Amino acid sequence: MPVARLTNAFARAKAENRAALVAYVMAGDPSLESCAAILDGLPGAGVDVIELGFPFTDPMADGPSIQRAGIRALKKGTTLRKTLALAQAFRVKHPKTALILMGYLNPVETFGYQEFSKEAALAGVDGAIIVDAPPEEDGELRAAMAEQDLALIRLVTPTSDAKRLATLLKGVTGFIYYVSVAGITGDKLIETADIAQAVGQVRLASPLPVAIGFGIKTPEAAANTAKIADGVVVGSALVDVIATAYETGQNGAQAGASFCQSLSRAIMDARLEPIV
Amino acid sequence: MDARNSWGSYPDAQGRFGQFGGRFVAETLMPNILALQQAYEDAKADPTFQANLDVFLRDYVGRPSPLYFAERLSQHFGGAKIYFKRDELNHTGAHKINNCMGQIFLAMRMGKIRIIAETGAGQHGVATATVCARFGLPCVVYMGATDVERQSPNVFRMKLLGAEVRPVDAGTATLKDAMNEALRDWVTHVKDTFYIIGTVAGPHPYPQMVRDFQSVIGRETKEQILEREGRLPDALVACIGGGSNAIGLFHPFLEDEAVKLYGVEAAGHGIETGQHAAALTGGRPGVLHGNRTYLLQNDDGQIIDAHSISAGLDYPGVGPEHAFLKDTGRAIYLSATDDEALDAFQLCARLEGILPALEPSHALARIGEIAKDVGRGGIVVMNICGRGDKDIFTIANALGAKV
Repeated sequence: MPVARLTNAFARAKAENRAALVAYVMAGDPSLESCAAILDGLPGAGVDVIELGFPFTDPMADGPSIQRAGIRALKKGTTLRKTLALAQAFRVKHPKTALILMGYLNPVETFGYQEFSKEAALAGVDGAIIVDAPPEEDGELRAAMAEQDLALIRLVTPTSDAKRLATLLKGVTGFIYYVSVAGITGDKLIETADIAQAVGQVRLASPLPVAIGFGIKTPEAAANTAKIADGVVVGSALVDVIATAYETGQNGAQAGASFCQSLSRAIMDARLEPIV
Repeated sequence: MDARNSWGSYPDAQGRFGQFGGRFVAETLMPNILALQQAYEDAKADPTFQANLDVFLRDYVGRPSPLYFAERLSQHFGGAKIYFKRDELNHTGAHKINNCMGQIFLAMRMGKIRIIAETGAGQHGVATATVCARFGLPCVVYMGATDVERQSPNVFRMKLLGAEVRPVDAGTATLKDAMNEALRDWVTHVKDTFYIIGTVAGPHPYPQMVRDFQSVIGRETKEQILEREGRLPDALVACIGGGSNAIGLFHPFLEDEAVKLYGVEAAGHGIETGQHAAALTGGRPGVLHGNRTYLLQNDDGQIIDAHSISAGLDYPGVGPEHAFLKDTGRAIYLSATDDEALDAFQLCARLEGILPALEPSHALARIGEIAKDVGRGGIVVMNICGRGDKDIFTIANALGAKV
């Protein structure tokens, strides 16, 4: 079921001639309770896949927005175990929306690869992205997750040449995450034409859906990406919208949902317009 | 394969020292890491690379550093003869420049036009800024904001050398955060930038490469002690932060099994207080900054802040080869508290007329016991990896003196 839920999420979007909307939220930011409310609002706002971040003290591939979110989450006592509980509560209410975890390896190592995979599957998680586990290091975790039918998503980047791409695509399930910046999360997006070309290379090499992320901040950028990708990932921008809402005394869950709604509308309309 | 007969063969092709080491980095960096590994292997096989490096190590760094018989300290403890390897006499005042010189030659060989580095105490930052000035490459040094404050003389030195020092406010604003920020910079500038890591940590090939560049310490020591004493020492002693000076001293002796190896970590306020930097003594294996090694961490795998009076040892991890040497029993890892290091510093100053840095003062704090353990007629060599001039304000503060 888990990998299938991911595959189905992309297939449903494809059947509607649109890209899937993938939304990143940091678990426990600004608190575990508020985060549960934020997650609850996402499926109704058109989110197809949720990336639920679990915090790490040393997020070396993240920009300031997600760094700060991680610090806020850790201050509220968020752990990988509590992140799984959050996922489980979400899954009970939302059987269809795909949910993957995103974070760094050390909390998973501490949990134990087998134990983590079992608990994640029990919680209704569909897969994970582990930022600092490249193909050279992810074999053991991949095997443990595969046993539970969980997808371990790999990142393809602007630095991945043809040889590297072959290494990256080997054994991958779920979808392919194309990182649209040679940089950290929230960095400036590279040129759409360059992304289109790179994504074309990925498509030639793999039948899996390709989602594009890192640096997509607005409905316009989401729409542009939606023309060439099977999925559009929005992370730092959503994290910022939610954080700003809480800082200014507004309802963060509502703010997050309405931002996602605007993204999903833009994505929906994107392919109705001629490609520019 | 029995590790004991083949210490020199580590790391393996995957950069592993047993279960430790590896390449745990974001995918964006992987092509760069692989290219670096290839370039380093090519450079090692090229005799002109080492020959060029040797000239600069001799004429610019001032190698070989002397091996000095610390007679009064030896008498004081009444055990083995204690020798100091004097790496504090290098240009820039520490062993760090051995590695920086090697890496900048490699950077130039790879055609990189921009250098970045992280620094804690500032010694590696100063050494990097120095080689960048010498070879005319722009240099950005990331330094935790806390360290910028407590090591201000080194910050100014780096600026004088033309480097840009970028304070890092993230996390705990110390060495580990500086390393995170340097990695983020590298991810963002993969094509033109070379990252000079200052210790034997980080993704493969750094632990191996930095070790190889620092092994000049041990190679010289071996030659010098054979010349002076006609035999190998009974024990080697060095302090451990990331562990680059220690591995540099130890590595050429790994297969000489009769030579005991002692690393001394920073116990801060005491291991039992939880406020220390002794990853090997008080941590457990995990993954941080590109490698699997012993780390200070909580039950959720979150990294715990290290504490040491010595900024250079204030790091929650340790080089993966040390983790391997600990688990195989080849090296023994001890620790010394802030107070013990301060006492040892003063003892060395009074008896030998040498102000060691606070980092090697930790090794000095255990040397009496080791010398007694080895006993009369024995020989112990300790590396003084840095000089204490940079620490006088910290020491004055700790001793309640006004400067």
